Amino acid sequence: MDSSHLVYMANQIARNLAAGGDAAAVAATAQHITDFWDPRMKAAILAGDHEALDPIARAAVERLASVQRKI
Amino acid sequence: MGYERQSDFGTPEVLAETSVTLTIDGRPVTVPSGTSLMRAAAECGGAIPKLCATDNVKAFGSCRLCLIEVDGMRGTPASCTTPAAEGMVVHTQTPRLQKLRKGVMELYISDHPLDCLTCSANNDCELQDQAAAVGLRDVRYGYGGDNHLGLATDTSNPYFDFDPSKCIACSRCVRACDEVQGTLALTIDGRGFASKVSAGQAGDDFLSSECVSCGACVQACPTATLQEKAVKDIGKPERAVITTCAYCGVGCTFRAEMRGEQLVRMVPWKDGKANHGHSCVKGRFAWGYANHQDRITSPMIRDTIDQPWRKVSWDDALRFTAARLGTIKAQYGARALGGITSSRCTNEETFLVQKLVRAGFGSNNVDTCARVCHSPTGYGLKTTFGTSAGTQDFDSVEQSDVILVIGANPTDAHPVFASRMKQRLRQGAKLIVIDPRRIDLVRMPHVEAAHHLPLQPGTNVAVLTAMAHVIVTEGLADEQFIRERCDWDEYQDWARFVSNPRHSPETLEAVTRVLAGDLRAAARLFATGPNGAIYYGLGVTEHSQGSSTVMAIANLAMVTGNIGRRGVGVNPLRGQNNVQGACDMGSFPHELSGYRHISDGDARALFENDWQVALDPEPGLRIPNMLDAALDGSFRALYVQGEDILQSDPNTHHVAAALKAMECVIVHDLFLNETADYAHVFLPGSTFLEKTGTFTNAERRIQMVRKVMEPANGMEDWQVTQALANAMGLGWDYANSGEIMDEISRLTPSFAGVSHARLDSEGSLQWPVNDAAPNGSPIMHIDGFVRGKGKFVVTDYVPTDEKTGPRFPLLLTTGRILSQYNVGAQTRRTQNTVWHPEDLLEMHPTDAENRGLNDGDWARLASRTGETTLRVMVTDRVAPGVVYTTFHHPATQANVVTTEYSDWATNCPEYKVTAVQVMPSNGPTDWQEDYVAWSARSRRIVAAVESAE
Repeated sequence: MDSSHLVYMANQIARNLAAGGDAAAVAATAQHITDFWDPRMKAAILAGDHEALDPIARAAVERLASVQRKI
Repeated sequence: MGYERQSDFGTPEVLAETSVTLTIDGRPVTVPSGTSLMRAAAECGGAIPKLCATDNVKAFGSCRLCLIEVDGMRGTPASCTTPAAEGMVVHTQTPRLQKLRKGVMELYISDHPLDCLTCSANNDCELQDQAAAVGLRDVRYGYGGDNHLGLATDTSNPYFDFDPSKCIACSRCVRACDEVQGTLALTIDGRGFASKVSAGQAGDDFLSSECVSCGACVQACPTATLQEKAVKDIGKPERAVITTCAYCGVGCTFRAEMRGEQLVRMVPWKDGKANHGHSCVKGRFAWGYANHQDRITSPMIRDTIDQPWRKVSWDDALRFTAARLGTIKAQYGARALGGITSSRCTNEETFLVQKLVRAGFGSNNVDTCARVCHSPTGYGLKTTFGTSAGTQDFDSVEQSDVILVIGANPTDAHPVFASRMKQRLRQGAKLIVIDPRRIDLVRMPHVEAAHHLPLQPGTNVAVLTAMAHVIVTEGLADEQFIRERCDWDEYQDWARFVSNPRHSPETLEAVTRVLAGDLRAAARLFATGPNGAIYYGLGVTEHSQGSSTVMAIANLAMVTGNIGRRGVGVNPLRGQNNVQGACDMGSFPHELSGYRHISDGDARALFENDWQVALDPEPGLRIPNMLDAALDGSFRALYVQGEDILQSDPNTHHVAAALKAMECVIVHDLFLNETADYAHVFLPGSTFLEKTGTFTNAERRIQMVRKVMEPANGMEDWQVTQALANAMGLGWDYANSGEIMDEISRLTPSFAGVSHARLDSEGSLQWPVNDAAPNGSPIMHIDGFVRGKGKFVVTDYVPTDEKTGPRFPLLLTTGRILSQYNVGAQTRRTQNTVWHPEDLLEMHPTDAENRGLNDGDWARLASRTGETTLRVMVTDRVAPGVVYTTFHHPATQANVVTTEYSDWATNCPEYKVTAVQVMPSNGPTDWQEDYVAWSARSRRIVAAVESAE
C-alpha cells in the first residue's frame, strides 16, 4: 500500500478527532484504525516512516505498534 | 392476480377522532367525521356514479353525476362534496337521480368520439362504465352539434399521449398535477364550451411544458384522453403483480401490469405505504432498459482485457471464473480477493455476495456502493444514536412544522417523497434549505423556503455548528429532553464547544459565506418548530467531513429535542433503491449483517456456526482501499455485482489503472458497462422485473420485489451468485430467495421477524422487526436511543484539503437530475434521454462571461486529476465561483475530474468539492476520444460461430 496515502488518512482521522483533546484523540484514532483498516494497511503504516505523521496520529500509530508488540 | 382496476373510494380518506353513523340505501354505515357521502357509500359496498371524483384528489363537485338525495335536505347535492352527518338517511338510487344522471351523461357523450370498439382504453374506461351505470341508451341531442372531436392529439411526451377529443374536462389531471405531484403544469384553459386541458403556456405541448412526466395525470384520467403509448401499442393489461421500484430510495410500490409475458405499464399502487399511489417519471415509465438491445444475456469470458469477449455456456463461464479465483487465492492468499455488492440488487442478493466473499473467498474484502454515497450516514448515526438508519417513516412529514433540507434535492432525486413534502409545505410548514445551489424547493409554485442558506461547498460542519451556537447561546436548547435522553456530561462538553465565539455565525460568515443574520434566523426557526425534521442527502455525506456533518445533524436534532416522535427526526434520503438494505446486509468490510463488527466474537461465532466456516476477524478493504491495493499488487480479483465503479467512483484514471492491474475482474450486470471494459468475466444479470426478493427503502421499509417475467439470462442474480459459489465447491442449495431471507432473519436480530410470507401478508415491515417490535418500527428512538443515551459528538470544522487557487479557481459540485439515475446505465437506455441527453455544466453568468462562454458552448472542465469537455448551461442557480454537473453519461465521465479526497471516517469520496478551471473548448478532449475508441474495442464480441470453433 502507498504509505504516503496511509499517512494522509491517519492524519486526517486525527485532525477530525483532535477537538476531543489530545489524549482522547490519540485513543480514538488508534481505535478507528483498529476498527476500519485492513491488516495490510495497518501493517504498512506500522512499518512506515512515522515522521510525516501529525503528533496525534503518530501517538496513535505508536500505541498500535506497542499493542502489536505485546501480542 | 388477474386484472382489476384499483379500488377508488371517490374522495380521500379522512382521519378523525370522532365518527358518525348514517344510513345509505337502507344500510347503516359508520365513518370518520368529515367523510364524504360518496366515500361512505363506497365503504359499505355501494357505488355512486362519478366522473370528476377520485380518491387521491380533493372533491371537486363538477361532473354532477354523483348526485344523491338526503331525507330532510333540499335538492340533490353532490355526494363527493357533502360530508356524512350523524343520523343522515341517504338515497343513492332513485328515479329522480337516475333521470338527472342520464341527462348529464347524455351531454358528455354527445361530445365524445364513439369509437369504443377501436379505442385503446378497450373497456378500461370510466366514462364507458358510468354510461352503463346510469343506463344510457341514446343521446337525444344527436352528435351533429359543436364538438371537440377534431382536436389534434399531442404525442410529444415519449410515454403518453394527450387526445383532447376524448377529454370530458373533469379536471382530474389538473388537480392531480396540483395536489398529488405539486408541479401545477396543467390548467384548464378557456371557459365554458371552450374549456380545455392545457399543459404549460400557450404554444406549449406536454414535452415543452413544465410537466415532469410523473404520470399522475394519466392515472387520474377517467377516459383514454391521457394514456400510455404502451397501452396503445401492446393492448390492455391482463394481469397485475405488485412489486417495488428499482429506482431511488423512496421505494415506491407499483402494479406491474402485464399482457402475457410483456410488461404494458407500471402503475403506482395506491396501497403502497411509501408512495401512496404516486410515482415519478423513472419508476412509472423508464423501464424500457429491461428489453434494450444493449442487454447481454449470455455469459462471456476472455483471458485478457485486450481480447474480444467470447460467449460461452454458464458452466464454462463459472468453471473459468472459479479456476481463476482459485489460482489467485492459492498464489496470493484470500485477502487478494474481494467483491462489491449492489444497492440496485435485492437484500437476498447482497447478503449472498457478502457471504460468498466472507465464507467462500475467505476475506472480508466486501464493500458496497454505499461507500460512495451514504457510508457516513452509517458511521454518524450509529455513533450518535446507535443505529445506522433514518429515524422516521415518510408519513412523519405530515406532522412537521419546520423542515430543514440540507445537501439534498428531493424534487430531482426523491421526487415522490418531495411531493409529500410539498403538500406539507403548502399546508404551512416552514422550510429551510441549506445548499450551494438554488434547488427547486427554494422557490416553486406555492412553495418558498423561509431561509435559503447558500453555503460555500465544503462548509456544512461550520454552518451546522454555527446553528448549534445560536441555539445553545440563545437558550433554545431542549434541556429536559437532553437530560432525560442524552449523556449530560457529553452534552455539556459539546455545548461549551459550540458556544465558543469562534463558532458564532458572525465569525464563520467568512468561511461559510452565509449571512450571519440569515443563519441566526434559520437556527431560531428550527429550534422553535415545535416539530423540526431534518432531511439530507449526498450533499452532506460526499465531503471530507461527511461523517462529521451527519453527527452535527444528529447533534442539532438532539439539542432541539427533535427525536422520537412523529414530525421530527433525522432522515437520510438514500440515493439508490436498496442502499439501506445493502448496508443492513453486511456489505461493509468491517460489519456482519445488522451492523455487528467483524471483531465481535459472539456475532462472528453465530455466522461461523451457521455457515460452518471460520471467518477472518479483521476488517477487509473498502472500495478505494481495494483499488490502492490492486496497484500495489496485493489485491488481484474482484466480483462486482450491479455496479459500475469506473463511471461512479472518483478519479476515473485511478480506477481504470487499478482495474487494469487485477487478474480477474468479474462483472455481473445487465449491460457491458464501463467497468466491464476491464473485466475478464461477464455474468449476465436479471432486472428487477425478473426476480423475487426484497428491497429496503430509506425509511427502513422492507418490501417485496416480485418476478413478473422469466429472466432473459436464465437466472435470477442470487442464482448466479449461488452457481459461482458452487463452482468454487461451497455446496449452497437455496431453492428460492425466501430461504435466503430466512437465513438473514436467523442471523440478524433486527430482521428476526421478517420472512417473505409475512411480507406477502402485511405488505411491508420497517425494521427492527423482532420480539420488542413484532410489527416493526416506523419511528425509532421513541423511549430511548438504541445505544442507550444519545451521544453528542464534538464536530470541529476541518477545511478540506481540496483548495481553489489560480490554476483551479472554481469549485465543482456534482449531483443528479430528475430524469436520469446514477450512472445512467438504466435511464440512458430509455426515452428519458429526451430530457437529459448529455451532462451539462451549470455556471453563473458572471463566471461564464469572464470566460467568454455562452449558453450551449463547449467548455473544458479541468482539475488536478483530469479533464473533460461538456456544454455549458448559464444559470444563476449556482453562486459565482461554483459550477455544477451531473455524472449520468460516460461520454462526459464527470468523475475523471473528481479527486480521491474522501470522508475522514469512511472514505466516502468528496464528490461535492473539486477545484476546477473552465475554459472554452471546441469539442471532446483527446482523453474522451481515446476512451470512446478503447471502449468500442473492449466491447467486441466474437461471433458465435467463431466462438464455437
